[in-house]
Amino acid sequence: MNDLSQFGRIWVYLAGSPLLGLTLTLCAYLVAFWVYTRCRYSPLANPVAITIALITLTLNVTGMNYHDYFSGAQFIHFLLGPATVALAIPMARQLPRVRRSFAPLLAGLFAGSVTAIFSAVTIIVLMGGSYQLAISMGPKSATTPIAMGISEKLGGLPALTAVLVISTGIVGAVLARFIFNWMRIESHLIRGFALGVTSHGIGTARAFQVSPEMGAFSGLGMGLNGVLTAFVAPWLIPIVVRLLES
Amino acid sequence: MLITFAVLLIFQCIGEGLSFVLHLPVPGPVVGMLLLFFALLFSPALLRQLEATATELLRHLSLLFVPAGVGIMVSAGSVQGHWVGVIVAVVVSTVITLMVTAATMRFFISDSARPTKDKTEERQS
Repeated sequence: MNDLSQFGRIWVYLAGSPLLGLTLTLCAYLVAFWVYTRCRYSPLANPVAITIALITLTLNVTGMNYHDYFSGAQFIHFLLGPATVALAIPMARQLPRVRRSFAPLLAGLFAGSVTAIFSAVTIIVLMGGSYQLAISMGPKSATTPIAMGISEKLGGLPALTAVLVISTGIVGAVLARFIFNWMRIESHLIRGFALGVTSHGIGTARAFQVSPEMGAFSGLGMGLNGVLTAFVAPWLIPIVVRLLES
Repeated sequence: MLITFAVLLIFQCIGEGLSFVLHLPVPGPVVGMLLLFFALLFSPALLRQLEATATELLRHLSLLFVPAGVGIMVSAGSVQGHWVGVIVAVVVSTVITLMVTAATMRFFISDSARPTKDKTEERQS
């Protein structure tokens, strides 16, 4: 009993400092990565999904709140900015292939960007979702900050959009291999770019684990689709919704 | 390593600054990425300088999504909704987008651009 309360005191002390959140994130990720390795890098064992599940479970069990957790995890979160900038490096490395494949990349970008918005809005409206839900759904293939901005501007729910963006990232990262194999697409240029356009950063993280080349094209797809969605979605989403309503 | 981080942070600062001043709908790091991309085209020496650390950083890109991902999933419970519809729409729309993008690219890839079949891929996407 005494030992237990002693442990409780240590826990409360540590939970208040950033150390615990940081340690928890890194350890959970190492466990998830170990599982991923043991599954021979199967996309089904997506390390982002496993880590998020492990940490959410830990927070629920221990009663630690997200604010305390994030006071430590923010150090990792911060690196997302420089890492996004760093995507330029593998992209520049692949420049000769980008030049040679300019037309297919551009065509794929436009087709993918419009399809992502159109299909998401159409399906949710056909399934009886509200106008607000459809707006929140529309920009889900863009990277989180862009998608949340669009959703807010059009009157959607930015928090819901964030959930949908992360889910789209994980679903794409998990299913892409099976879809591309079924379509008999082998080119890492196509596989990477399509994954980046559809599943933004989480897809790109998966692509880098397959090959630096695939990662480079995925990063390119993510960056370009983020920019394109920011310009296209604000007028395309209302048009699609109005079309479906009439 | 320190030089790489300094360069990345400088470009992120420029990107954030431009995004803020010009009211761009695109977040600062994405602007920074595009600027660095153009800078690297003019300086192959910089590309060689940055490559090693950047590759290491990007190898664990997955880890960097975790803190935000946890926050989003913790708040997911409070979002009221229509869950079956949402799940179906996310999965189906993601699959369709992957297929349409890949099929369009394959259609547009001319024979000259087609790579001589990528090296055997043990670990495909």
